[in-house]
Formats: sequence, structure tokens, C-alpha cells
Amino acid sequence: MEILLKGGRLVDPVSGRDETTDIHIIGGKIEKISTRISVPSSSQVVDLKGKVVAPGFIDMHVHLREPGFEYKETILTGCTAAASGGFTAVCCMPNTNPAIDDESVIKFIQHRARVALGGLVDVYPIGAVTAGRKGEHLAPMAELADAGAVAFTDDGDPVHDTEIMRRAFEYASMYDKPIIQHAQDKQMTKGGVMNEGLTATELGLPGMPAIAEDVVVARDISLVEFTKGQYHVAHMSTAGSTELVRQAKMKGLRVTSEATPHHFTLTDDAVRRFDTNTKMNPPLRTKDDVEALRQGLKDGTIDVIATDHAPHSFDEKQVEYQVAPFGIVGLETAIGLSVTQLVQKRLLSLYQLVEKFAVNPRRILHLPQVRIAEGETANLTIFDPVAEWSVSPQKFMSKSKNSPFDGYRLIGRPFGVMNNSQVFWFAL
Amino acid sequence: MPLHSNHLLGLDGMPKDDIQLILDTAVSFREVLERPIKKVPPLQGKTIANMFFENSTRTRFSFELAERRLSADVLGFQASGSSLAKGETLKDTARNIEAMKVDMVVMRHSAAGAPHYVSQVIEANVINAGDGGHEHPTQALLDIYTIREKFGRLHDLHICLVGDISNSRVARSNIFGLKTMGVKVSVCGPATMIPRELDKLGVDVYHHLDEVLPTVDVLNVLRIQLERGAGRLFPSIREYHNYYGITKQRLEKTGRAITVMHPGPINRDVEISADVADGEHSLILQQVLNGVAVRMAVLYLLATRN
Repeated sequence: MEILLKGGRLVDPVSGRDETTDIHIIGGKIEKISTRISVPSSSQVVDLKGKVVAPGFIDMHVHLREPGFEYKETILTGCTAAASGGFTAVCCMPNTNPAIDDESVIKFIQHRARVALGGLVDVYPIGAVTAGRKGEHLAPMAELADAGAVAFTDDGDPVHDTEIMRRAFEYASMYDKPIIQHAQDKQMTKGGVMNEGLTATELGLPGMPAIAEDVVVARDISLVEFTKGQYHVAHMSTAGSTELVRQAKMKGLRVTSEATPHHFTLTDDAVRRFDTNTKMNPPLRTKDDVEALRQGLKDGTIDVIATDHAPHSFDEKQVEYQVAPFGIVGLETAIGLSVTQLVQKRLLSLYQLVEKFAVNPRRILHLPQVRIAEGETANLTIFDPVAEWSVSPQKFMSKSKNSPFDGYRLIGRPFGVMNNSQVFWFAL
Repeated sequence: MPLHSNHLLGLDGMPKDDIQLILDTAVSFREVLERPIKKVPPLQGKTIANMFFENSTRTRFSFELAERRLSADVLGFQASGSSLAKGETLKDTARNIEAMKVDMVVMRHSAAGAPHYVSQVIEANVINAGDGGHEHPTQALLDIYTIREKFGRLHDLHICLVGDISNSRVARSNIFGLKTMGVKVSVCGPATMIPRELDKLGVDVYHHLDEVLPTVDVLNVLRIQLERGAGRLFPSIREYHNYYGITKQRLEKTGRAITVMHPGPINRDVEISADVADGEHSLILQQVLNGVAVRMAVLYLLATRN
């Protein structure tokens, strides 16, 4: 394989580069980075004028659903959706069946991922904090870490018991792994299906108050201070928890956070038509929360953009709002929504966007950084930051189409990905 | 002018003209109910399915009577629990019933928005007979009708809804409908039973009955719904009755004749004392009678819309 990427804008925060240049790739390795490289006429030349070439994006919050829920998504279809959305790596959440709470499930996922797309998309499993995600006693975290788990979470559910959360921080610290928390007080959100507030009051739908997230984040931050553990807030959705994370960072605690494109794009007003594709957990919040998340992304309180890609079959969502499962797909709209909502609105530069999608997640998970430099493996995300397109879930590569963004006009579109000698061109 | 929509899903956003039309049409059906023969022919040949996924006696009977008095063919079922509990999805149930050429569907369901969803997957007219904690539009319409009948007007009146607003679809529909008709609406109940940001709907919120009673014309007393988990929202029935129960003594203390309504079924001596429920200012049975006329009006207007 010999490819010349011609005239793209190389944006690599790790090497500190932001320049227009050619990149010559031979056999999956970056041979040369220079302006005006000439190659033999036999090699493939891709014109990347106006496109951004960045270190491969990683989505650290993805539900691949396999094993157990292959009718929603498989490792193959999920990885294909990831590539199509501009990602060369995903972290998969442990709420599978069986849950990722022992070595055998990790090995199974790793095997499936290797054969899926020949290594185009790296899959990093995240282990459960508690056995069976039941919240009762710790999962074998040492075994999971040794097998390749990059972090621990009971995502989908919070780790509710304060004592167990304390011990999880202590235990995971031995392996330098973060605990990722789905921060939510279970009693306060019991039966809830949307944000508690004016819209829920009008619709008569049971609410999940923002404070239910805040109180758990506050407790966990206190535990981090006590245990010296590492903490990452998954899909942060409220102004309150954003402020708590901001303060924790100022104290120098090992606390980080992520936000999803749907939480920084939509408000709970979207629920009004009872569209079950607006039902997710945590729920869509208010305008003030959306604004706080955007400011958090801008000032660095929120380190990562992650999608919480949560596929559900068509029929599962064709039910009463209160009955429908939580979650929407996100891999294939992440770049578009982020460029439209953050870069176009000048909250983030393209350089900062690449940090949120490629650099910061790897830093939090202690994964080797991807660099675009001569001699390195070509692990690249290439996207067009100005292309306009409209979202059509029926065209998604994901097995599931449960997106609230059907028909949205977005700016910013993936163009191609490259990793482990595999290439996927989105638009050619 | 016909109604603006093919369905009656709720009073939220329903134009004033539509509410006015239903109330005016109900007047003539109310007259029909006083005749020796209470049956008229306009819905002859129409088939109406009453799908009650949640238990109901009063509302179901009221709809059935209204349908029969308009000469419609009527079928129906009542099943507790969600449709999923029976193993069939709501969508499948609705589409199967429609496949038998049903013209209208009246449905009650424990999930908010269920009739809205059904209206998107079938062609028949859908009438919401109560969806979870969301809306119960025909109840609010009959409440408004009854108030208008008693006072001869709606303007310059002050209506207060008392009790568990959080869980009440009757309260929501009343608030939406009364506000559209320009009526002053307040609510009174313990803080735990008032949903957040309710004041943004333009209603005044009270926590102490004695503060609101001096200016109120009508009290619409809501049922304490223990079956919807109301028990977590207050300490005991005894305390609730002592502080929010509508008693004759409490009303007489105001020195005013306050009209009392209740959507039923009543928990006697919990939210309302027997002497008030059966008292001279009670419109409770009037509401029940008017309910048939209002539902006849809704069915008639939807069926003859095209």
C-alpha cells in the first residue's frame, strides 16, 4: 500500500503541528511528511485540499452490544459505524450479556475486534466495577486489567454504594486505571424518563432531576480526594456537575469528564413530540445546562467528546415513551455535530477539537498517544471541516438507526480513516 | 368551522375556538339527554373502539353511553397494565384493531404520550381518555362546561385545583384549557406534590388552603392517587386530610359560597369530607352527567370533521 495524502491540513497536538503538507504512506507507515512530495505514477494520490488530517479519533464511550445483544449491534457493525464516523478506536462498555466482568469476555471481544475490519478500528474493552454490574461486590479488576481492560465502569447504572465506590477507587489505583461513573442517584431518578423541569411538568412524564447527577459527582469527588483515585465522569449533562468538576480540577484532583454531542446540542424541549429517540440516560437537559457544557468544553473542564453510542432496534423504540429503552446512536454524527455546534460557533478551534477526540481520551486511559510523524504507524482521521450534509439514519453503517438528528443539516464530515494498514474512504 | 385536528390528544395548544365549539355543541347534546328517548343518529355506521389499557369505570361508561346515544357501533376492552405486559406492543394492538375498519379509537393508557404515538401509526381519529400523568382532555372540558353552566360565564372566575398536581392528568388538562379560556387558575397542595416550574404555566401556587380560599370561586379537588405512588409525597392520610382536606367547617369559615368539584372517584374524608361532597355547593354529579354530553360533542365533531 502506497498512498500520497496531498495538501491536507495536518493537525497533531501531540507533535504540536498545524500546517498544510503532504504525507507519504508506505505499507501503513508514515514515510515522509513534507510539502510537495513527488511519488511514482503507480501510487495512489488523494487530494486533501481543505481537509484536516488528525491522529486517529477514539470514542471512549460506545456500546457495541456484543456479546448478548447482537440484534442491536455487533462488534463488526459497531466498528464499521465507528470507521464511517471517523474513529479509529472505540472503548466498549461492559453492559453486555454476560457483562465484561471476567477475562473470557475481554478475550472474546478482542478476538472479534481483530477479525472485524482487519485492525482498522482498535477496540479497548472497559471492565465492570462490580460483578455482573450488580453493585454488590467488586469485579476481578486485576484480572480484567491484565487482560486489557483500560478502565472500569458499571455504566448504564451508577456505582451507588459509597463503600464499594471507595474500594473500587483504591483497587483500581493499583493498576493506574480510572473509574468511569454514570453519575446518578438511583432513588431520585427511579421511574424517571426525562429531565425534571418545565417540559416534564407539561408532559406529565416522570422526571430525573439534574441534582441527582450533581450529588453523586460531589460524593465521588470527595472519595477521589480521600483515596487518591482517578475519576472520569461519563456523559456529563448538568451545569452543576460541570462546576463541581471545574472546582475539583482547580484543586489538582485526578478528575476528568466527557460530554456527548446530543447533550451539548439538544434540550429537553425535543421530548415534546414523545419521540423515543430523544430518550436517553442521562436525559436531555435545559438550555442553561447545554450552555454550561459548551463553556466547560471551551475552558477545558470537559476533556473529551464521547458519543455514548447506544444502538437499539427499530421495534424497541416503536413503543410508548415510558416503555422505550434509553439511548441513541452517535458514532456517525459525532464529528458533524461537534464541528457545527463547537467549531462553527468558535467555542473550539480545530486543534482543540482534535484534542477532545484523539489526545485527551488516550491521556485519561493511559494509552500511547498517536503521533503523525515520520516512521510512525499511520493512524489517521481525515475530515472535511466545512462540508455540509444532511443526516439520514437509514444510511448509517450501524445496525441501529435510533437517532434524533434525522434530517439535520450539519457542517463537518468524516472523509476517511487509516489504521494498521487498513484504509476506509468515506466520500470517494 | 370544524375542529383544527383529527384527534383529541390534549388541551395543551388547543385553540380557543375549538374549546368554544366543543362547549357550545355540548349544550345541544345536553338537551338530548333530557329527552325521553336519548338517542340521535349522527354516528350511525361509525365504529368506535374503546381501548382502556388502564382500569376505568366512570370514563369508560361515559364514553360508551355517549357513543351509543350517537348511534355508533361500539366495542372495547379493559386491561390493566401496559400493553407490553400482554406480550403485544401497543403499535400492534392498535393496528390490529384498525385493520377491522374501526373509525375512531378512544384510549386510556398508563403511559404519557401513548395516544399521541397511536395517532401516528393509525388513520382512525384518536381520543385521549387519560394518558399517564399527562392529560385527560374530556375531563377538563366537562369541568369547564360545568363551571360555565353554573356561572353562565368563564371570565372573572378564580378556579383552584387542590391536591396532587404532580401525578394529575386532570390538573394538567384543566390548567391548559382554563388558561386558554382566560380563567384565573391557581393550585394548592404540599410542596412535594407541585411539579417544578409549574408557575411558568401562568398559575399561582399555594401551599396553605386558608390563603387561597378567600378569593376562590371554584375548588376542583383532586383525588389522592395512592396507586400512583402518592404515598411517598406526604407523611400520612391523616395529616393530608387535616391540612388539605376540603371540609364543611373550613369552607364555612370563609363566609362565602365556594363551588366544589371533583373528577372522581372520591376518597371520602381524605381529600374531601362527605358533607362537602354531598353538600349544596357540590357539582360532582352534575359533572358526571355533563361528561356524557361533552363526550358526545367531541365524538360528533371529530366524526363529522371531513
